[in-house]
Amino acid sequence: MLDTDTITTPDGRTIGGTVMDLRNITLRFGGVEAIKDISFDIREGEIRAIIGPNGAGKSSMLNVISGFYVPQEGEVWYRGKLRPKMKPYEVAQQGIARTFQNIALFEGMSVLDNVMTGRLGHMKTNMLSQAIWWGRAAKEETENRAAVERVIDFLEIQAIRKTPVGRLPYGLKKRVELARALAAEPSLLLLDEPMAGMNVEEKEDMSRFILDVNDEFGTTIALIEHDMGVVMDLSDRVVVMDYGRKIGDGTPDEVRNNQAVIDAYLGVAHD
Amino acid sequence: MPDQLLFGMEVALNGLMAGVMYALVALGFVLIFKASGIFNYAQGVMALFAAMTLVGIQNGQVPFSYLINAIFGTDIQYFGWQAPALLAILLTVVVMAGFAWLVNRYIFSHLVNQEPIILFMATIGLAYFLEGVADLMWGSEIKKLDVGLPQGINDWIDQTTFEAFGYGFFIDNLDIVATIIAALLVAGLVLFSQYTKQGRALRAVADDHQAALSVGISLNFIWVLVWSIAGFVALVAGIMWGAKSGVQFSLSLIALKALPVLMLGGFTSIPGAIVGGLIIGVGEKLFEFLIGAPFLGGATENWFAYVLALVFLVFRPQGLFGEKIIERV
Repeated sequence: MLDTDTITTPDGRTIGGTVMDLRNITLRFGGVEAIKDISFDIREGEIRAIIGPNGAGKSSMLNVISGFYVPQEGEVWYRGKLRPKMKPYEVAQQGIARTFQNIALFEGMSVLDNVMTGRLGHMKTNMLSQAIWWGRAAKEETENRAAVERVIDFLEIQAIRKTPVGRLPYGLKKRVELARALAAEPSLLLLDEPMAGMNVEEKEDMSRFILDVNDEFGTTIALIEHDMGVVMDLSDRVVVMDYGRKIGDGTPDEVRNNQAVIDAYLGVAHD
Repeated sequence: MPDQLLFGMEVALNGLMAGVMYALVALGFVLIFKASGIFNYAQGVMALFAAMTLVGIQNGQVPFSYLINAIFGTDIQYFGWQAPALLAILLTVVVMAGFAWLVNRYIFSHLVNQEPIILFMATIGLAYFLEGVADLMWGSEIKKLDVGLPQGINDWIDQTTFEAFGYGFFIDNLDIVATIIAALLVAGLVLFSQYTKQGRALRAVADDHQAALSVGISLNFIWVLVWSIAGFVALVAGIMWGAKSGVQFSLSLIALKALPVLMLGGFTSIPGAIVGGLIIGVGEKLFEFLIGAPFLGGATENWFAYVLALVFLVFRPQGLFGEKIIERV
């Protein structure tokens, strides 16, 4: 049932079998249908973008994947299993990490502590031995710290490790949020508008980090953006949404030449 | 040294000790407020309930015996055993954890994302409900709490100071024990919140619910944990105050003493609760000694703390250690 074949993209990149399969998802808020009967899949090791104009339902889609919203209809298949109804924290524990459109960091805590929270799922020793730094707990903390330091190095935020997050500028906060998500070593990483509100330089930096993460750790990434240019360079495959519907799905080139997509972006009257 | 100065020092020392007791109560408030933004009006009643439960378990009292007797016409009151203090304390901790679970399951899980004032109102309701349950469960008469803590004048301090200054300081053993226990409690809380997985998760939840969910933290679990810890702190405060002045309804009013402490120390700071408690304790005793008794006819201890808190509210509304209030325009 599940597609396990690898496919090769036009860029010559090989991507694996299906990690997540969304089938006929419909999400309503009262009378408003935010997502209408959408199906698509996310494959191992790819960068999958969800794009669309404002209000297209992109963030709602991401919230369905991360368990923050529960769709009224449709099925979410994750790693070959139908996902039962779940709390967001349980979804996170399954290895799906995310960032938020309006940065959600722990403002009062240092960068290091923020990133450390990403490792909570990897800590198994009991409370008492952690408090007194004893036995396996000390070893575990050291291991987790090492993992966190790797992520911090990777995203080049060593200099601000001890700074309380509340004091950082916007662009760096976005990067810390990515670091926290990465620290969890997720098998699927969801990025909600990672480039929103950034200047050109910051956007370039962020794009580079996203590509590097995908390259270095082989992390499967699903991201939302409404800036077409950035997305087309970055992603292997693109889903296009408009007014809660899927209007396009394919490689960046296919999507770029799709008449419905062009209409949605240039603004054609809907009848 | 002149007698007056020595006496003043003794008063200040006793103030410090009293301050520790205030701080113990304030700690419970800070814990819950930090983690969930709820100002828990019921903290004082929780201390009363914990102390009553402890005494009840120690004496082998049958819970709800009045109710049972009234309904079934029986006459049971005691199981007929005496539980050792340590066992009784452990059982009370279990009861308080169960209470934490119930409170979250039936009250606060239904009030997620509500305005702080609504949560506050809920805790007021909880306070009166718990007060009634406590009376119904264990009876409303004044009880003696004895878990074997030393009480009365500390002879060693009395002797030593007498030999040194020719004036013996009166320091109550119970106050000394309370100070040591408070220090241990705070050290434990700091270790817990800084170094354990759950502590880190707790700080994360205090900061941002959504973000906490996204890294796999269960909000419910953390809230039950926080209320359990607050229940434990309430038990410690209940034991100390109960041993000092008996377990009775007025024990729940110590919560009122915690308010000025919180205004001074800030609602979000554990060190603030301690320092605030000490300042209030020393301040009210010294004020009474220096100004109150000689010039104002005494009994200033009842109101001094509130006046001090008011002055603080005017000049530093976030308290000594509270998070800085920054307004972005």
